[in-house]
Amino acid sequence: MKTRRTLKGHGNKVLCMDWCKDKRRIVSSSQDGKVIVWDSFTTNKEHAVTMPCTWVMACAYAPSGCAIACGGLDNKCSVYPLTFDKNENMAAKKKSVAMHTNYLSACSFTNSDMQILTASGDGTCALWDVESGQLLQSFHGHGADVLCLDLAPSETGNTFVSGGCDKKAMVWDMRSGQCVQAFETHESDINSVRYYPSGDAFASGSDDATCRLYDLRADREVAIYSKESIIFGASSVDFSLSGRLLFAGYNDYTINVWDVLKGSRVSILFGHENRVSTLRVSPDGTAFCSGSWDHTLRTKNYLFVSLQVWA
Amino acid sequence: MAAGPASHGGLRRAQRPHLSKMERMVVSMQDPDQGVKMRSQRLLITVIPHAVTGNDIMEWLIHKYCITEEEALHLGTLLVRHGYLYPLRDPCHLELRLDETPYRFQTPYFWMSTLWPAAELDYAIYLAKKNIRKRGGLFDHEKEHYDQLHRKISHTWDLVVMQAREQLWAAKQRRKGDRLVIACQEQTYWLVNRPPPGVPSVLEQGPERNSCTAGRVQMPTGPFQTKTVDFYRREVECLRKALGRARVKSSVCLEAYLKFSSQRGPHDPIMSGCLPSNPWVTDNDTYWAMNAPSAAVPTRLRVEQWAFSFRELLEDPVGRAHFMDFLSKEFSAENLSFWEACEELRHGGQAQVPALVDAVYQQFLAPGAARWVNIDSRTMERTLVGLGRPHRHVLDDAQLHIYMLMKKDSYPRFLKSDLYKDLLAEAVVPPKTKRRSARWCPGRQAFTRRNRPGSGSRLVTRKRLQEIPAGFSTTAPITLVTQTFVSLKPPGLLLPGRLPELSPGGHRCWGGPPACPGWESAHRLGS
Repeated sequence: MKTRRTLKGHGNKVLCMDWCKDKRRIVSSSQDGKVIVWDSFTTNKEHAVTMPCTWVMACAYAPSGCAIACGGLDNKCSVYPLTFDKNENMAAKKKSVAMHTNYLSACSFTNSDMQILTASGDGTCALWDVESGQLLQSFHGHGADVLCLDLAPSETGNTFVSGGCDKKAMVWDMRSGQCVQAFETHESDINSVRYYPSGDAFASGSDDATCRLYDLRADREVAIYSKESIIFGASSVDFSLSGRLLFAGYNDYTINVWDVLKGSRVSILFGHENRVSTLRVSPDGTAFCSGSWDHTLRTKNYLFVSLQVWA
Repeated sequence: MAAGPASHGGLRRAQRPHLSKMERMVVSMQDPDQGVKMRSQRLLITVIPHAVTGNDIMEWLIHKYCITEEEALHLGTLLVRHGYLYPLRDPCHLELRLDETPYRFQTPYFWMSTLWPAAELDYAIYLAKKNIRKRGGLFDHEKEHYDQLHRKISHTWDLVVMQAREQLWAAKQRRKGDRLVIACQEQTYWLVNRPPPGVPSVLEQGPERNSCTAGRVQMPTGPFQTKTVDFYRREVECLRKALGRARVKSSVCLEAYLKFSSQRGPHDPIMSGCLPSNPWVTDNDTYWAMNAPSAAVPTRLRVEQWAFSFRELLEDPVGRAHFMDFLSKEFSAENLSFWEACEELRHGGQAQVPALVDAVYQQFLAPGAARWVNIDSRTMERTLVGLGRPHRHVLDDAQLHIYMLMKKDSYPRFLKSDLYKDLLAEAVVPPKTKRRSARWCPGRQAFTRRNRPGSGSRLVTRKRLQEIPAGFSTTAPITLVTQTFVSLKPPGLLLPGRLPELSPGGHRCWGGPPACPGWESAHRLGS
């Protein structure tokens, strides 16, 4: 595995990224409020928007590829339709969808462009109707900030998992708003959760430097991915398409690749000069993209920050 | 130092478990028996005891944690950057050098967990000392800070200068060796807490997180639960449900993962490569064109994937279209149309819900409807009652019923049908494109695919797993991955890391003790 593309253009820490369903476009957001849509195959920037807030910690691409959602310290989630008309200002068509009472930590579209699921530092998750901004369902139960969420790839498409600072990972029923299952074995904040491709399990990465696999049918943790030499927290995790490999980005600037079934580490990838903040495998599994807080000082006037695509 | 250990009131909540882990590591490094080899280092005429070299540290890390050199170097560098080790020579750069540069362990007084956040007053005193000791000894950024601080706390500047002088005088009373060491320690501490421009600060954190678990749940305005008896009643109910929930044995679940991963292994581009080639590797996007959602002729792998589960058939637009054709032949296409309409309702906009519900009812559920779907009477009754107050989930029961009907009945027949068999036969298997790139070395052995996808035995016994491709276990810049099916291995060969027998408890019994360096390796990125 090596870096195949380096996307330079953010002037500050990259906090979050998401792939488009067309397998080559990505949206990324950074600390200075910039949200950029790239065609990562050609490394061209296609759209850029500056949010009025800093620390845009959540961004998501709509399934149709026609809109993006992002949010952060402004406590809101805003949806921007993507237009190829050069004269139009993207910020003009912005729609404010979610309203929380604390920062937005994660957002994700459900199966369509019409609904958005958000997680916030106020300890709740919520499901919103994009068109009207109406709250469809809210999910209470976390005792502290919710940091991440992921939708289940199930047949009925009705559940999602969220992880928070209370060390708990909770599985919710989207229809009733109830917590269906809860798992509390981590020793520190859970930074990232991701479902196994079959939807029967999910992995979580936490500040306690371990990643863990929880099975939903067995209702327990079934594997811990840790090593004594790894002491920094895992900030983001994702599975390869077959679920055999787990890619995890850590705060010690490395990416560790774990064999999910054997529980051992397959490889360690160096390539960033600061903590890896976000990592996603592309929808068709051909590559994964990692974003980090690093910057390379070129001249006194500008800094580049990198997103890297590995394959 | 003027200030004592910093109070933890201002300290962000202990979201830094890595610091205590680093400290434990550093403490074990200093263990007289098992720790790093310490020696006395001669610096000019002074002899400093308990010094270690970069190489010693690396060796110790490699030995203790079974990691490679590269990882040990990285870990050692992190220890230095966080100020737990400091170089005795040239303490301006916090790096781990592998030459004879001596390093020492930072005193716990200056650890990040003890003395944080760094106080402005202390920094002012430090800079003043430096200034007094050697005129013009301050770096540019330090001069700037000095001036800034002078302006900010000018009212207590006398105190600062007085403290600085006192500390310098006290230092003079010490032995030269101690003086040198203390100066290095202090300098390292300030390098970590006030890094020079261009050096990333290791103290950077994201926005503040709140982890208090004592029922501090902020409530957005609205008709949501408050922490009343009701709330706790619901909690109790939830927990009672959890107690009564049926659980599957872990061993059964693990079997399911095995089966899933081996079934999908050939479809995973990272594991098994993809034909004609991975677009990111060869810069050729034919693979995407061939697998586009609306491709006329689907690839073999894609058609095979429809047989894995009903969900995957429906998720693929081409697959769904073919399934619709099949259903039309069987005169049950209205089932799929109904399911699609329900999906649209569930995921559509809130404003469209009443209209959509009505349309679905007219088309599929009303007696004498044009495309009437066959639902059992109980579900139909429930649905009709719910239609009185339409909401997006009112058709969920009916939708599930029809979904299950298709899944259990139509889907298996589809897979056995001639239509599907023809699709499989006509499906395209793209040829592998040869990689043409400057990085290709003619002498290197070509990595070829041993098997075309779809052929070869996919039957994997429980204890044999597809090997992780070579791309992960060598340091050469491998761009094409080999694919080795288990069935091709000679029968007597034991695969490395055969999955151990799982105990009924399913506890953490796989993986075992940390693997040796031969098994994993660091992969330095090329270019």
